[in-house]
Amino acid sequence: MHPAPSVIFFSTFSGLGFGLMAFLGLGLPDVTGWVAFTFWFIAYACSVGGLLASLFHLANPKNARKALSQWRSSWLSREGIAAIATLLTAAPYAIGRIFFDTAWQPLGYATAALALFTVFTTAMIYTQLRTVPRWNTPFTPALFLAYSLSGGALLAGQPIPAALLLLVTGALQIAYWWQGDAAERDPESTVETATGLGRIGATRLFEPPHQGDNYLLREMAYRIARKHAVKLRALALILGAALPAGLLLVFSATHLVALVAVLSHITGLLAARWLFFAEARHVQSLYYGL
Amino acid sequence: MTTLPDHTEKKLGLAIDLDTCVGCQACVISCKEWNTGHYGAPLSDTDPYGADPSGTFLNRVHSYESQPETGPAQLTHFPKSCLHCEDAPCVTVCPTGASYKRTEDGIVLVNEDDCMGCGLCAWACPYGARELDALAGVMKKCTLCVDRIYNDNIPEQDRIPSCVRTCPANARHFGDFADPNSNVSRLKAERGGIALMPEQGTKPVNTYLPPRAKSAPTGALTPVAEEPKGFLAWLDRALEAL
Repeated sequence: MHPAPSVIFFSTFSGLGFGLMAFLGLGLPDVTGWVAFTFWFIAYACSVGGLLASLFHLANPKNARKALSQWRSSWLSREGIAAIATLLTAAPYAIGRIFFDTAWQPLGYATAALALFTVFTTAMIYTQLRTVPRWNTPFTPALFLAYSLSGGALLAGQPIPAALLLLVTGALQIAYWWQGDAAERDPESTVETATGLGRIGATRLFEPPHQGDNYLLREMAYRIARKHAVKLRALALILGAALPAGLLLVFSATHLVALVAVLSHITGLLAARWLFFAEARHVQSLYYGL
Repeated sequence: MTTLPDHTEKKLGLAIDLDTCVGCQACVISCKEWNTGHYGAPLSDTDPYGADPSGTFLNRVHSYESQPETGPAQLTHFPKSCLHCEDAPCVTVCPTGASYKRTEDGIVLVNEDDCMGCGLCAWACPYGARELDALAGVMKKCTLCVDRIYNDNIPEQDRIPSCVRTCPANARHFGDFADPNSNVSRLKAERGGIALMPEQGTKPVNTYLPPRAKSAPTGALTPVAEEPKGFLAWLDRALEAL
C-alpha cells in the first residue's frame, strides 16, 4: 500500500495524543494549573493535528463532514465520532484541572476510555480489510493500542509504566511482523484464485491492461526493497522501543532523558508506521502480476 | 445508507465468457466513451498525449498465460470490472453513505455528491474495480450502465451495458442472476460459471465462464509425408546426385 505521509502522520500523532489523554484522564500525572495546561496542550495538539492531517488524504474534502453519518457500518465513521466525543469529553475535565484545581474524575475516566476506543477504531479501519492480509489480524489493534499507551505514558512522564509498555510494544511489533511474513509465505489469495484460471494450471500475467500507471498501481501496488525493509524494521525496534525503554530504566527520569526518549520513540514509530503501509500488499495487485 | 440490503429483488450482472473473449479492448473503449459523458463526473485522463499518460477506466482487460501439466500454455483474455457483489465490502466501509447497493436490482453505485474521496472503498475491493478520479476527486466504478438499461430514450437493443452492446465476440452477457431462467443464469449453470477470489467472501454477482477444455494438439504439426513423392522426390534425388 502507498505510504501516504498524511495517513502516517495522522495515525502516529493522533495515537500519541489520545494515548496521552488516556493517562491524563486517569490523573497521571496529578497536575493542575500551568503544568496541566502544558500536558493538555500537547495532547490536543497531537490528536487534533493528526486528525487535521488525515483531511489531506481526502480528494474531495468538502464532503468530509458527512463522514460521521455511517457509524452503523463504517469503522472510519465510528473513528470520527469517537475522536470528537473524546475531545469534547476531555475539554471540561481539562478545564477543571487547569483553571479550577479540581478533578471531575468520572469525566476523566470517560476521557481515558473514549481515547483508547478511538485508537481502537483507527486500527479497525485497517484491520477490517480482508484485501490486505498483513492488516487483517487481531495483532493490528493490539499493536496500535500498545503504541498509543506506551507513547502516552512516555509523554505523561510515567517512566516505569512507559518502559514496561515500550517493551510489550516491541514484542507485539515483532509478533505482527512474524505473522505478516507467515501470511505472505502462504497466501490465501493467489493469481490463480483471482482469475479462476488455476483450474488450467500455474498462471502468470501475460500482458497488462495498460502500459502507464494508474490509480490502482499508485495506491495499492507499492513495493519496498527487501533490504530496506530489514534495516527499517531494526531502526523501528531500536529507536521506537529498545532505546527509550533502556534510557528510562537505566537513568533517572530527568527532562533531558525524557526528551531524548520521546524523540527516539516518535522517530521509531514513524518508521514502523511507514512500514505498516509500505509492506502491506493488497490482493488486487495479483491481477497485475505483482 | 451503507449497510447492505438483506435481499435484492433482481441481481443484475454480467456473465463474461473467457473462452470467446479475444482481448480486442473494444469494451474498454466503449465503456470509457459512454461513462465519460453520462452518469456522474467524466472519466478524466491526465497527460493523455504526453510521456506519462494515466486515466480512469471502469473496465480493463488483462491477459494471462496458464501452463497445464502437459501440453502448451493457454492464453486467456480477462476483462475485469465491478462484480456488483452481494456482500460488497466497498459499501459497508464507506463513512459518508456515498457507496450503496440498490435494493431493487443489486447494482452497486457511488453517489458522487456524498463522496469525500478517502479511497477506503477501493482498499476494501479485492478486484481493483474502483478508481479514484484524479480530477474530480470522487470514486468511479462500473454502474452497469444504469443510465442505459432503464433508458426509454434509446432504442431497445441499446438498453444493455455499453460493454455488452459493443463486444464483437459476444463474450459479455447481461441479465438477472436472481431469475434462474435468465440468459445469464442458464449460461452460468451450463458453463459452470465461477466467482473470482471466492475466499474473500464477497459473493460476486458477475460470473466468469471458464475456458472450455482444449483438445491436445496431437499430430497437428507432424509431417504429412515422410518420403517425398513426385516433383519433390525428383528434386531431392537430383540435388543429392550433384
